[in-house]
Amino acid sequence: MARLRGREAAPRRTAAQLSRGRAWWALLFIGPAGLGLAVFYLWPIIRGIYLSFQDVGPFGGETFVGIDNFIEVFAEPDLGRALLNTLLYAAICLIGIPVAMIVAVLINTKGLKGRGLFRVLFFLPVVTMPVAVALVWRLLLNVDYGVLNLSLRAIGLPGVAWLSTPVVNMVVIAIVGIWMGLGTQIIIFTAGLQGIPDTLIEAAELDGAGPVRRFVSVIVPLLSPTTFLLSVLSVIASMQVFDLIFLMIDPNNPAQSQSQSLVSLFYAKGFLQHDLGAAAAIACVLLAIILVLSAIQFRLQRRWVHYE
Amino acid sequence: MSESTSVMTRERAPVAVREPAPVTTPRRARRAPGKPLTWVYALLILGSAVMVFPFIWEVLTSLKTLSGASSVPPQILPDPFTTRAYTKVFDTLPFWNLLGNSILLTVIRTLGQVLLCTMAGYGFARFHFRGKNVLFIGFLAVLMVPGQLFLLPQYEIIRELGLLGTIPGIALPGLFSVFGTFLLRQFFQTLPMELEEAARLDGANEWQIFWRVMLPLAKPGIIALTLLTALWSWNDFLWPLVVSGSVTSMPLSVGLSLLTDLRLRDDALLMAGALLSSLPMIVVFLVLQRQFIQGIAFTGTKG
Repeated sequence: MARLRGREAAPRRTAAQLSRGRAWWALLFIGPAGLGLAVFYLWPIIRGIYLSFQDVGPFGGETFVGIDNFIEVFAEPDLGRALLNTLLYAAICLIGIPVAMIVAVLINTKGLKGRGLFRVLFFLPVVTMPVAVALVWRLLLNVDYGVLNLSLRAIGLPGVAWLSTPVVNMVVIAIVGIWMGLGTQIIIFTAGLQGIPDTLIEAAELDGAGPVRRFVSVIVPLLSPTTFLLSVLSVIASMQVFDLIFLMIDPNNPAQSQSQSLVSLFYAKGFLQHDLGAAAAIACVLLAIILVLSAIQFRLQRRWVHYE
Repeated sequence: MSESTSVMTRERAPVAVREPAPVTTPRRARRAPGKPLTWVYALLILGSAVMVFPFIWEVLTSLKTLSGASSVPPQILPDPFTTRAYTKVFDTLPFWNLLGNSILLTVIRTLGQVLLCTMAGYGFARFHFRGKNVLFIGFLAVLMVPGQLFLLPQYEIIRELGLLGTIPGIALPGLFSVFGTFLLRQFFQTLPMELEEAARLDGANEWQIFWRVMLPLAKPGIIALTLLTALWSWNDFLWPLVVSGSVTSMPLSVGLSLLTDLRLRDDALLMAGALLSSLPMIVVFLVLQRQFIQGIAFTGTKG
């Protein structure tokens, strides 16, 4: 029945009517998500930038203050340090990318048994709650009874106050960040490796290239688009680090004030000191830095990324 | 020529790894049975140990006594073996309540996001209307923006709606996702147009085409988005930390962080709490590992 009606109706509709009908359907499909995205994501960008130029009172009164919020946050020593900490964290996180590439190549070695098991083990931290990851590593890195320091002392080396020494703690937390995200990067490299034709690797093999040579001269250049994608994503994500720092460096930590990231500073300004204007200014600074760093990466890709 | 010498010198170094056959033999490239693989296994086992050790230590510590967890030299195996820390998690935290909140939030956000993103992804892939590309690029720009910029205005909206400290308030912004819309759009774009035409000739309306014909074909994409959203929702921390306010609407991630505020630091308790909170998602992963890994791979190749 429905079939018959459809056949009869179709020729009677003009093209314009048809496309108008389609437009309503398009609205039906896109409308609900479009509205939500507009309200919760597009509007907040405008509002967030607007807020960074306002002084927001505790009960919501807003007055335009120009760039005072930016002057205020930049004048604080905290911001410079938070910025350096965040950049250091992001830079160290990049080391995870070559590590992930090597592990991906190892896991995909021909004839390897237990591939599935290795993949699961490397992926396990990805599905673990970051709060839990932070708590476990805080225990492992404990200055007095953490396993790491106890092992160091067992072989005669002094222990290190990993989490309460400024700079050192950022490096250590970045390594935990790498540990947590390695699985994702390995999977994405694996997908990239599967795109490399076997013939190319066999050709290199016939030319007498050993495994190391094949890796350096064939696999690394052919994976460079994946490497590029991961490095852009890594910088964007690690510039927003919060959970690990918030949980691994508690308020009793003597280095706490020197160990903030931009987002921890944002959280402190916005939700502890209720200075929404300053918090919005920090978020805008973060946005600007991420845009600049991404633009630089896109610029530099011409030098080292090979697209087929 | 320089090529071949460099190959020679590179070949020299790992003597133990490869058979020292001369470069001139064309067939020597076949692997010496077992030897290079031994190195691969050694490296992978070492790497896996680094990945897994913290979990093993977490489990062992959670079964120790208060003093056993922080003793020097360390106890390797719990002595005595006790489930005290687990009992204490349930005494200290309203654990079942937090677990319920986490499950509820994950189900709401996952179902909502998958449905809305699938519809919108389909709309962007299959319909043509004026301003579509501008709109789409506008949404894509959102992907570049750090989440914190949204956070304050989203907080204001939730406050204005009177939803602070409620499950719907925490869930609402997470129903929508640019990333998910983009991922599904990529999927729908690859499906052949003929299927749609055929269904239309059979008299199906647009919704029927979407629901009965296209949706089943986009299943890999939908499964990927479902798992990624569930994972993100379960582990989400900053937003619920800011919005929940009290244990009534708090998910496990935020509840777990409360354990660090206790005056007496109890590492066994922290490890038991960490384990109990992450276990549900780890179990889901172990059951659906192939789909999880596929999902992550999609985000790298399509996203």
